[in-house]
Parts: sequence; structure tokens; C-alpha cells
Amino acid sequence: MMNRQTKRLSGRHLLWKGVAAAAAAALTLTGCSNSGTDGATTGTSGATEDTEIGVSLILKTTTNPFFVAMQKGAEEAAATQGVNLTVAAGREDGDEDTQIQAIENAISRGDAGILITPSGQAVEEALIKARDAGLYVIALDTPPSSPDAVDITFATDNFLAGQLIGEWTASALDGGDAVIAMLDLFDDKVVSVDYARDQGFLTGMGIDVADPEVNGDEAKTGSYSGGNYTIVGNQATQGAEDGGRTAMELLLAQNPDVNVVYTINEPAAYGAKAALDAAGKTDVLIVSVDGGCAGVDGVASGVIGATSQQYPLKMAELGVAAIADLVRTGTTPDVTEGLTFFNTGVALVTDKPANGVESIDTAAGSAICWG
Amino acid sequence: MATTTASAANTAASKAEGATPVLTARGLVKTYGRVVGLDGVDLDLYAGEVLAIIGDNGAGKSTLVKCLTGAEIPDAGTIELDGKEVHFRRPEDAKEQGIEAVYQNLAVSPALDVASNLFLGREVRKPGVLGTVFRQLDIKKMRERTREELNRLGITTLQDVTVPIESLSGGQRQAVAVARAAAFGSKVVVLDEPTAALGVRESGQVLDLVRRLRDAGTPVILISHNMPQVFEVADRIHIQRLGRCAATITPTSHSRTEAVAIMTGAAEA
Amino acid sequence: MTPQTEPESAAALVFDTAQTPVQRVRSVLHRYPALSPAVVLLISVIVFGMLNERFLLPGNLSLITQQVAIVGTVALAQTLIILTAGIDLSVGTAMVLASMVMAVAASENGVAAPVALLMGLVVGLLSGLLNGMLVTKLRLPPFIVTLGTYSIFLALTLLYSKGSTVRGSDMPAIMTWTGKSFPVGGVSISYGVVIMFVMYVVMAWVLSTTAWGRHLYAVGDDPEAARLAGVRTTWVLRSVYISAGSIIAIAAWLQIGRTSAASPNAGADLNLDSITAVVIGGTSLFGGRGTVWGTLLGALIVGVFRNGLSLAGLDVLYQTLAVGILVIVAVSVDQWIRKAR
Repeated sequence: MMNRQTKRLSGRHLLWKGVAAAAAAALTLTGCSNSGTDGATTGTSGATEDTEIGVSLILKTTTNPFFVAMQKGAEEAAATQGVNLTVAAGREDGDEDTQIQAIENAISRGDAGILITPSGQAVEEALIKARDAGLYVIALDTPPSSPDAVDITFATDNFLAGQLIGEWTASALDGGDAVIAMLDLFDDKVVSVDYARDQGFLTGMGIDVADPEVNGDEAKTGSYSGGNYTIVGNQATQGAEDGGRTAMELLLAQNPDVNVVYTINEPAAYGAKAALDAAGKTDVLIVSVDGGCAGVDGVASGVIGATSQQYPLKMAELGVAAIADLVRTGTTPDVTEGLTFFNTGVALVTDKPANGVESIDTAAGSAICWG
Repeated sequence: MATTTASAANTAASKAEGATPVLTARGLVKTYGRVVGLDGVDLDLYAGEVLAIIGDNGAGKSTLVKCLTGAEIPDAGTIELDGKEVHFRRPEDAKEQGIEAVYQNLAVSPALDVASNLFLGREVRKPGVLGTVFRQLDIKKMRERTREELNRLGITTLQDVTVPIESLSGGQRQAVAVARAAAFGSKVVVLDEPTAALGVRESGQVLDLVRRLRDAGTPVILISHNMPQVFEVADRIHIQRLGRCAATITPTSHSRTEAVAIMTGAAEA
Repeated sequence: MTPQTEPESAAALVFDTAQTPVQRVRSVLHRYPALSPAVVLLISVIVFGMLNERFLLPGNLSLITQQVAIVGTVALAQTLIILTAGIDLSVGTAMVLASMVMAVAASENGVAAPVALLMGLVVGLLSGLLNGMLVTKLRLPPFIVTLGTYSIFLALTLLYSKGSTVRGSDMPAIMTWTGKSFPVGGVSISYGVVIMFVMYVVMAWVLSTTAWGRHLYAVGDDPEAARLAGVRTTWVLRSVYISAGSIIAIAAWLQIGRTSAASPNAGADLNLDSITAVVIGGTSLFGGRGTVWGTLLGALIVGVFRNGLSLAGLDVLYQTLAVGILVIVAVSVDQWIRKAR
């Protein structure tokens, strides 16, 4: 017993020596790097260095092909513009904590600007801090609810996107009754892309939307531009295929006569289609927004009747270029005339064009699609 | 702590007719679902004696002892301590009355140290405000008392009371468990198979401890499978069979083989 | 007991052989369980400091503590529960529920800030009480109980908040006070971090110097032994869950301060993150072993890795990968340490 005790003592001795050595090393390193100003709190981010421009791309998630396309566009632009791009993303749609940490790390790293698709309002507070620290903040795709959170938004006109598919649907119904299922993004939080597309669609259909920032407050029955309508209900899909399927099943259970399905995006549309197929329903118009290459194929194959195509690569490219320009020449981007954001464009993609609604066919759509 | 009263010489006297038993149980019944653990057991324990409880597996020895120490609540029957009826709802109730036990699984907390285990459930607090308001434990005092107790009981192999119990050998753990019971058992100490996991020398030490407790005046109930040890140390032997008391004998009234026969039902008392 | 001359023991030679340095390290780590996460933290700080000089800037280190403050506080509550061989999957949603109740009360319902904070505390206590009663009265495994209450609290949160976030500007200043910082020799420390640290000190002190602390370890180590020794196991378990609930309520206040908002989306993965911090900190999931300081170190290690990898320019997925590897390494090292002689 005694032997072991002395050995334990010398083992402890050895370890404390090691710990002391490591601590000394750490302190010297801190001393070396602590040269003057604290770069994290003053606003002299990357602007003074003429070679290193740092940009953070903070996405909602990396599991949605839309955001993956954005990432691709940003990376390509970063390569051509000579920009250091750091990509961050939440763990799931709605994960605000990871985005907030990424924003803080961007400030700490000394980035020149942030490109972000904000997951929620709590993120916007962190963005204000970033702007105060001198970073240029651009929102992509989703305008923030608070205008001071970002310097500018590069986005699709989501309301217009919804309107286009709404108008197309109204025309495609050719005066028949519409039994509409609304597959939204969330039901537990309010995001602008959600209500913009939903209400845009209904407006395009000629339905009175009551409050244009609230989903689901419309009259359940009434008339649209071509005839009578019934709205079966709104269900959340989380923007994913499995969510789309469950949402469609729930609405079908409430009213099996659904013949129009509005979907927030194409993954949700595929899920809805799977549910409809399983229920044996064939004559249903499914419309969506996104226009990814997979979605355009969906239109070509007849799964989706029409989709509004948006240009995420362009959003990201323009974003990176804007920040690089800002650092190099000091010019800031401007909003599109008549809008509160910079419009990166939207086009209706369908193989069955409707009267009075401009559209491009799937061949053209495939040429410029993303993902 | 254990009181020092009658010596071994008084033991025989108190066992004489008319002496009140320290602990009495009458008609104890305990069932688990449809399984009968105790089927109406009577037991008497007199001052200054070692009462051994023997019986085959499943005879109800552990159950009987658990009812006496509050670890189990009997379904029927009475228990009297010093002539007064008692109802133990939990182990603390029995401990408050001075009944201490060492259970078969020892009931020590492996990660805690020796001193903490000795005082588990009755920790000593610092005097004054620190103890009452801030609930501060007097760790130094508990360690000192632990060392005292271990010395008093002649347990010399344990020097360091701050080591976690799991690092001790089986015999040492047993010693700590017995020391705990002996330290706080002012009226009765119950030991369930205390030498089951021990070698010859350590068993001898435990039996010495049992004798020392008895000589200091604390009656001891001892459950054991080990006939030689039982006959060596017990003053009376309670034979448990099929949930009842088959007989109560002494080492002088019956031989070992007769005791085993009663235990297995081959013979009557 | 006559002294005996014992023959030369062959096994004794094994004991007498000098322990290899590795074995010595293991013995030391066995005696001081919080030492291994401390060493890991030190090494990772040094390594990340070398990878990016901005890492060791006082501002960045202070940022790490702020990023870790909420997980650290929730992990403190989780430590108490894991020490009793339990686990709490509802910590995140309970925190969010408390934060939403506080925030909505203070903003929409015009309740005075101190009262709103108190309401949050009550919500935390009640959530802990619910968990505690379900575990002790119904004797359900804590994993199952908290799996259920996780969803219950989530639903209550959404019901109460209707999905909308409450902004800091709509609440009295006290609600967001925990996010404010004060300078300490050139570094800014937030009040929230100070509160977290104070809670750790208090809890560590309580666990080591009071009977309740001892009983907590005993119940986690071997509940039957504790019961037989006279420990009121039911009461101890309930009090642990209630204490955890109140710590979580304080974490809610810290969360509001940090993000200047009360959001129903916050803390989505807090339950797993807090368990990660506890495990990396060396506390055993089987109960009875571990220290709160280990948990704080565990939380800091995760924060350091996330921040350091981000500064080194690596994408978030590498941070997630790193944390996963850390957990497995931490548990393996813990198992290895246990085998020390």
C-alpha cells in the first residue's frame, strides 16, 4: 500500500508540472497576440487589409437544395472576387442559436460583411450588433421583419411569385370550382416568405386575403376570379417532403375533393404528390415556388403544374460582389425601384401557358435553373 | 453510540424466566403478491445475547430481519421494543429507536468515502449558525469519529477514512458496514450474513466484533448459513422454516446435525 | 491474532513494479475527476490560439464565455439530475416556456419586471416539480418522463406565445440586463456570465458541504443502499428536479438578455447540448460520480471548439463533427480512468 501511495504522489507531481508548462505556453501566446486594440469590439473589421476580404454566408440549413445552391453561388463568386468565404448554417429550419453564434464569430473574425437568410426575429437582434460593429449585412431571400437589422435585402419578390402561380391556377381551372389546400411553411412562427407567397397566390386567384401578413384568415368559401372556391385549410410542412406529405394527408382527410394544392416550395410539393397518389387522386393542380432544376423536371413530368422560378445563385453572387465592391470602391448597392429590396427576379415556369400570365417553358427553365 | 452496561455474566440472568426481551415480534406476516415470505413468526431477543437466525434458502430470514429494521413493512403482526409497541414505516424509524442493521448487500454507497458512509443519513453538522442556517457539514469531526469507531472495534487494517469505499476489499467493506451498525446501534444490531464473502481470518475478526458488542451490552441478531460459526458465537438459535419459527434452541441443547434437521424439516424441535 | 511470516508474494511484485507514466496519469485523473476536462480545455485553447491569432484576443475569449453561458447554466441543472442517475430531455423546452411567460407578461400584459421574473421562476419550479413527481410517484424512468414533458412544455410555449418572438425593446430593461456587460481590465464580462459563475460556485459548495449534496450522490450511486441507510430518497429526487427547474428559469433570464429577445425557437437542442457538456465534463451517466466544475469545463470545451473552428474558417458541419468526436473521446477516457488502481 505504501509503495502505491508514493507512486501516486510522484504521478501527481508529474502532471502538475505538465499543466504548469501548458499554462505558461498559453500565457505567452496570449501575450504575443494581444497587441493593442481588441479587434472584436471596434469596427475596423477587414476594411484596412487590402488583400483579405472576409464574408460570412449564414444559411438557414444546408439540407435544403435552395440554400445549397446559394452556397454554390457564393463560393463561385468568392473564388472570382478573391474573397474569403465562411459558410455557417443552422441545424434545422428555425435554429436561431447557431445563426446567432455564427454572427458573433463573424464579428470576432473581422469579416467585412454577412450574407444571411435569417431564421427568426431573435437573429435580427444579433445582426443589429453586427451592423454596429461595422459589418455590412445583406439579407438573402427572406427580408427581415425589422428593417434596421440589415443594410439591404437581395430577394425574390415572393408576393409576385405567389401571384404568378395564383393567376395561372385561376386560368387553368377554366371557371370550375376550386377546392384549395394551402401547404405553408410554418404554423408556429411567422416568416415573411411564408405569408408573402401564400397571400400572393390567393391574391393572384382573385381571393380576398383579409390581412396580407397573416395566413389562414381568409373566408373559407367565396368566389375567385373564375368561379367559386373553398379553402380546406392551412397546414405547415416545414418546407420538406415528409412535412408536405403529412400536411396533404391531413387536409385530404378533412375534404377529399381537393383539386388545387398551393405549396410553399417544391420539396413540399413532392410530398403532397406522394400523398395524393396514395389516395388515388389524379386530377389535382399542384403549384409551387422555387424553380430548382429538380422542380423544373417536376413541371416537365407533370407532377407540378407550374412553379415560380427564383434565382438563389444570383442572390448569393450579387451579395458577395456587393461586399467586395464596398470594401474596394466604397459603393453600396441600391434597392430596385418601387420595392424595399433588390429584386433578383422571378419567372413562371410551365408547359401549359395560361392566358394573360407570362411564362417560360421547362426547356428554358432548365437552362437557367439552380441545384 | 453503543452504551456500556451489563457484562456477559448478566446474559444468563436476563434470559431467565420473567426478564423482558429487548425486542419481541409476534405473528409477523409478509406476502409478496401470492408468495408468502413470513407466515406468522414469533421472535424474542434478550439483552446481552447473540441470537442467531438460521434456516434454509427462502425460509424468510432476510424478510424477518427487514421487518424488524423497518426496511419492509409487515402485513400483519406486532413488534415491541422494550415492551412498547412500535411501527416502523422506513429504516430511519428503526434507526431512531436504536436498531441498526447490516444487510446482505451491505448498503454502502460505493463512490462515497468511508467516513461519509458511516454517517450516511445522519450527518453531523457544524455547531451554531453555520450548521443550522447554512447546513454545513462538520467533515473533520465525522472523520475523527469514524477513526475512533474503527479503532474501538479493533478494525486496524483501515487507515485512510477518505478513500472511496469501492476501492476497499470485501472484508474491509464489511468491516465498515458492521462498524456503522455498531456505532449507532444502541439497542439492537442486526447482521445479515456478515461473513458470507469473507475468508477465515476476516470472519474470525467479525465474530470477535460480535462478541465484543454483546459483551458491551448490545444484543446482536445474526443470520448465518455457517453452522460452525453459529454454534461458536450464538447464545440462542432461532430456526426459521417455511416462513415460521420452527424452534428456538441453544448450542448446548441441540447438536449441529439436529439443528440442520429441524431446519430442513427432517425432525421436530 | 499471531503475526505470521508470509511467503514472498508473486503478486506483490506486480504491485511494487513502478507504474508506467500512463498508469500514473490515470491514477491522478481517477483521484481528481475534473482534471481531465481541465487539461483538454487548456490544450484546445493553446491549439486554437496557434491556428488563429484572433482566438486569444480577450474580446473573443469573453465572447466564448457569453456563447457558453446559457448551455453552461442549463448543464448545471442537468448535472444535478444526471448525478442521481436520471436525465432530463425537457430542459430546453422548459427554459423556453419560462422565458416566454416572463417576456409576454412583461411586454404585453404590462406586468412589472420583477414580478415577471418571479413568474418565470415559478414556471421553472413547476416544470421541475412535474418531472420530479412523475419520476418519484409513478416510478417512471426519467428518460421517459422528460421525453413526454419535453413535448408538453413545447406545446405550452407555442400556445402561450402564438409563435411570435418578443423583442427586447418591448420589455423593461431589467429583463435584458443579463446581456449587458461591464469592463474588467479591458475585457467585457456580461452580467449573465457572472450569474452563471456564481451559481456554479454555490452549487459546488452545496454539493460538497451539505448533507443534501451527499445524499444526492448516494441516491445516484445506489438508491437502495441509500434508502436502507436512512436517506429520504423520494424527497431527495424531487428536490433535485425542483432545483434544476429553478436553475433553468434563471437560464431563461440569461437567454433573454443574450439575444435581446424571447423566442419560441430558442434552445432547440439545449437538452442534447447540456448532456454533451455534462458528459465531456466527466460525470457518469450512471449516476453518483462527477462534479459541477467538470460540467462547466465541458461546456467551455464545446464553446472553444465551436468558436475556434469557426475562426479557423471551417464550416459549421466540422464544428458539429468535432463535438460528436469529443463526446465519444470523453466517455472513452472516462471508462479508461475508472480502471485505475
